[in-house]
Amino acid sequence: MEYSKDFLLNLYRTMVRIRNFELRAEKLFLEGKLPGFIHLYIGEEAIATGVMANLRKDDYITSTHRGHGHMIAKGGDMKRMMAELYGKLTGYCKGKGGSMHIASFEIGVLGANGVVGGGLPIAVGAGLGIKIKKSDQVVVAFFGEGASNTGAFHESLNFASIYKLPVVFINENNRFASTARVEETTSVENISDRAVGYGIPGVTIDGNNVIAVYETAKEAIRRAREGGGPSLIEAKTYRLKGHFVGDPELYRKKEEIEKFLSKEPIGRFEKKLFEMKILNKNLRDSIWSESEKEIDEAVKFAEESPMPKPEDALTDLFVDDTGYDY
Amino acid sequence: MREITFSEALGEAILEEMERDPTIFTYGEDIAKQGGIFGAYKSLLGKFPDRIFDTPISEEAIYGSALGAALVGMRPVVEFHFADFLFTGIQSITLQIEKIRYMTGGQGKLHLVLRGPDGVAQSAAAQHSESIETIFMHVPGIKIIIPSTPYDMKGLMKTALRSDDPVICFEHKRLYKIKGPVPEEEYLIPFGVADIKREGKDVTVVAMSRMVHESLRAANELEKEGISVEMIDLRTLVPWDKKRVIESVKKTNHLVVAHETWKRAGWGAEIASVVQEEAFDYLDAPILRVGEKNVPMPFSPPLEEFVTPDYKDVIKAIKKVLE
Repeated sequence: MEYSKDFLLNLYRTMVRIRNFELRAEKLFLEGKLPGFIHLYIGEEAIATGVMANLRKDDYITSTHRGHGHMIAKGGDMKRMMAELYGKLTGYCKGKGGSMHIASFEIGVLGANGVVGGGLPIAVGAGLGIKIKKSDQVVVAFFGEGASNTGAFHESLNFASIYKLPVVFINENNRFASTARVEETTSVENISDRAVGYGIPGVTIDGNNVIAVYETAKEAIRRAREGGGPSLIEAKTYRLKGHFVGDPELYRKKEEIEKFLSKEPIGRFEKKLFEMKILNKNLRDSIWSESEKEIDEAVKFAEESPMPKPEDALTDLFVDDTGYDY
Repeated sequence: MREITFSEALGEAILEEMERDPTIFTYGEDIAKQGGIFGAYKSLLGKFPDRIFDTPISEEAIYGSALGAALVGMRPVVEFHFADFLFTGIQSITLQIEKIRYMTGGQGKLHLVLRGPDGVAQSAAAQHSESIETIFMHVPGIKIIIPSTPYDMKGLMKTALRSDDPVICFEHKRLYKIKGPVPEEEYLIPFGVADIKREGKDVTVVAMSRMVHESLRAANELEKEGISVEMIDLRTLVPWDKKRVIESVKKTNHLVVAHETWKRAGWGAEIASVVQEEAFDYLDAPILRVGEKNVPMPFSPPLEEFVTPDYKDVIKAIKKVLE
C-alpha cells in the first residue's frame, strides 16, 4: 500500500500529540493541579489515530473513561481539553464534566463515558438515527475489553446487527479491566470471537501498529458507510500506565511493563519512518517540540482561565427549566 | 365534544406529530405488529412502517439508543413495555440520559420521550404492577408527565414531542380504555401547570394518574357529608406546580397527597415536605399521605386489593386530616 509522506507524518504527529498530552496531564495531576481522576491512553495511541484517520468531521464516535486520545485524534482543541481537566469555565464542559466526560458534539465526539460499556448503546442510537434520516455518516464506538463483559455490549451488538446499523465497534484490548487481567475475567482469548454471536465480521489486529489499525478500520468504516452493517475490530494493545494516575498497580510486575515497552506504537512507527527515510532526527525533534509548545499553550490557557462561579452548578441541566426546583 | 379513549388520544398525539416532524420515530417491544401490550399503539398499526418498529428485549440498548439518536438530531419515542422493566435498563436513563447534557456543559438537546404503562392491574404481581415515577423525580435530569385523562394525554404528549428536554411519560394500565372529551382542533398543555379538577374549601387533595379518579370519587362521596374537597391533578411531576398547590393549601388549610406508588419515600413525601417548609403557618393539621403499602405488589386478588390505595383510603385520610 502506498501512502503519502504527509499522511504518514500526520499519523506520527497525532500519536505524539496524544502521548505528550497524556504525559503532561500525568505530571500536572501528580503536582496536585488537577482535581478528580485521570486515566491515561499511553501505549494505545495507534488505535485512536489509525481509526480516526478514516473519519469525516461529521462522523460520530463514543469514547471511554480513557478518552483523551480519541478526542485529540477526532480534532479536539487541547486548550479546551486542558481547561476541562482543570475544572475551568473555558473547558469543553465548562467544568461540569472533567476528564471522564469530555465531549464535543460539534466535532462528533458524543462523549467520553464514566460507565464501562456506557457508550455502546449511545453509539447504536446514533447509528439508528443516521439510518432513519438516511445520511451516510458512520459511528465508531470505542470500548475496552472489560466493557465486552457487560450486558450493554451484548445488547448493543445484537441491536446494531439486526438493523444493519452503520456502527464500527473498536475494542481496545489493553489487557486490564481496571486491575483485573483479561485472561482472568474473559471467556475468550480474542474478543473478536464474540462477533460470531452477532453475525457480524470480527477481526483481531495488532493495535500497536497504526497502519494495521488504519487499514482494518478503513474497510469496516467503508462497509458501514455503504450500508453493509456493523463490524467488531479487536485492537490488541497494552496499557503502559496504571488504571488511573496514582494506581499502586499491585496486579502486575515492572518486568511485564518493560517487556511491552519495546512494542509501544510510537517507537515502532518512528523506526519504520526512519527506515523509509520519511523521518530524520531533526524532523522528529521538531514534531515533538512543536507538540510540547502546543501543550504549553494549552496549560497556559487553562491556568489563566477563570473557574466557574459556584452558582453555575445550577445551569445546563435542561434546555427549558421553567418551574424546575433546583 | 367528541369522546375518545386514552390510548386513542396517545395515538393521535404521536401520529399528528410524526406527520408534522420527520425526525420523530418510535420503537419498543410489541408495538409495531401488536399495537402495544395494552393497546396503546392500536391506532398506529400499519402507519409509518420505517418509523414505528419492534425491538429485541434489550432495555439498556433501547433506552441508551434513544439518547444516541437524539444526539444526532432525531426525536425518538421509546415504549418501555412495563414501567417495572425500566429497572433492567436503568443505567441508560439515570447515568446517561439524565446526566449527559449537564455533564457536557449544556451541549446538545436531548429531545427524546420514554413512555409506557405502569400501575396495578389484573393481578400482574410484583414485577408487572408497580409505579416507579418517584425514582425519576429523585434523580435530576428528566421531566415526568403522568396524564390521567384522554385530554391531558394528548396535550401533554404533544408538548413532550416538541420539548428539547428528555421526558418520561407514565400511563396507568387501567386508564387506556377510559373515554373522555378531546377537541378535534390542536392544543398543547404546558408542563408544570396543575389542573384543578374540583374546587373546594375544606381540604386539598393532590393526586396523579389513577388516584385522580379515586380522589374524585372520594370527593363526591364526602360532599354528601358536607365536606368540600379541592382536588388537584398535578399532571406533571417534574416540574410540579408548587404555586397552585400552596395557593390551595392557603385556602383549605388541610392537605392529603394520594399516589399509587409506595407510601414510604414516595413523591407525596416531597410535596408534603415542600408545603410544610413554605406554608407551615397555613396548615391546621399534619399533612397525610395515601400510597401503596410498603411491600412488593402481591398476586392474589385480596392481597393486591389490600396493599393498593383506592378512594376508601382517600376518604379515611381526608376524615383524619379534618378531625
